[in-house]
Amino acid sequence: MFFNSLLTNFAALEVGQHLYWQIGNIRLHGQVFLTSWILLGALLVFISLGTKKMENDPKGLQNLLEFLWDYIRDLARTQIGEKVYRDWMPFIGTLFLFVFVSNWGGALIPWRLIKLPSGELGAPTADINTTIALALLVSLSYFYAGLSNKGWRYFEYYVHPTPIMLPFKILEDFTKPLSLSFRLFGNILADELVVGVLVFLVPLILPIPVMFLGLFTSAIQALIFATLAAYYIGEAVEEHH
Amino acid sequence: MLAFNFFGATEGGLFDINATLPLMAIQVVALTYILNSLFFKPVGNVVEKREKFVSNNIIEAQNKLSEVKKLEADLLTQLQSARTEAQRIVSEAENESDKLYKEALELANNEANASKEKARLEIESQTSAARDQLSKQADDLSELIVNRLILEK
Repeated sequence: MFFNSLLTNFAALEVGQHLYWQIGNIRLHGQVFLTSWILLGALLVFISLGTKKMENDPKGLQNLLEFLWDYIRDLARTQIGEKVYRDWMPFIGTLFLFVFVSNWGGALIPWRLIKLPSGELGAPTADINTTIALALLVSLSYFYAGLSNKGWRYFEYYVHPTPIMLPFKILEDFTKPLSLSFRLFGNILADELVVGVLVFLVPLILPIPVMFLGLFTSAIQALIFATLAAYYIGEAVEEHH
Repeated sequence: MLAFNFFGATEGGLFDINATLPLMAIQVVALTYILNSLFFKPVGNVVEKREKFVSNNIIEAQNKLSEVKKLEADLLTQLQSARTEAQRIVSEAENESDKLYKEALELANNEANASKEKARLEIESQTSAARDQLSKQADDLSELIVNRLILEK
């Protein structure tokens, strides 16, 4: 009896249900795009407000944006290296900002208040499609970075200390996007589920620490994703001797 | 497609992968370009311009500082040489005044000696003149006495 009601309660959280958009032959998860457009729109408005009147003595929003820029530059520079970090800084920064804004937007905004015909709004990064898309972009990026910087010598990396490493390095090319996408997806979805279940069971006070933990996890996951992406690119462009 | 039911969802599920994936990838790539032109380039320009400005100013200040130090050292050596020069001049002047003093002293001594000698000579001559006169007067007197005595006899 209790188990049954718990199951229906879980079902009431609508896990794994989507708002489908049918365009011709293809089907999309509408709720992912809706939230991502709202959040990215807010991000772009915020950034254009901050960069509207750039001065040599930064004030207000410009200060914050410069801090952010500096943070991203440090991240890219330490992971990728002095030589090519400039080319990859926008990509790393976009990954960081996208994941961060998605995670925090999903955690901070009470999307549940907006009723959809099917599924519910939430962090775009709690959808496996988004995280796999990001992870595959990272894979493509590090291949491109390695090949464009070192040409065919990029493949020396696969046999770098000894040729014994070859199968492991090939395996890594598959595990890297897999771990990137599932780490992000799992963390954010789990956080949403925990908060959802707690809010459902004990609507007062108890979910608040878990929500704070969720904010912390969200920020950390964004940092981890961006750092790992930068690290993979740095690994690909690194010169071995 | 990788898709299975999860928690009783009728369709899709957690691992429902579909065209959302490539579209999201395209969206992220577009976002990269937008953010690059809207955020990374302008903010980077401002920050790097300022960093260059600051580092230029630091270099300039360092140059000026080293120049100041050089000038200070220059000044110090000049001061040192001026001090030794002054000392030299002072000691020279002291010597000279010493010499002059000695000369003047000697001159004055000589003069005093000379005048003393002259005075002594004068006194002597006057004394002898007086003595002569005295002895002459004594002679005259004795003669007178003798004459008188002789005449009385």
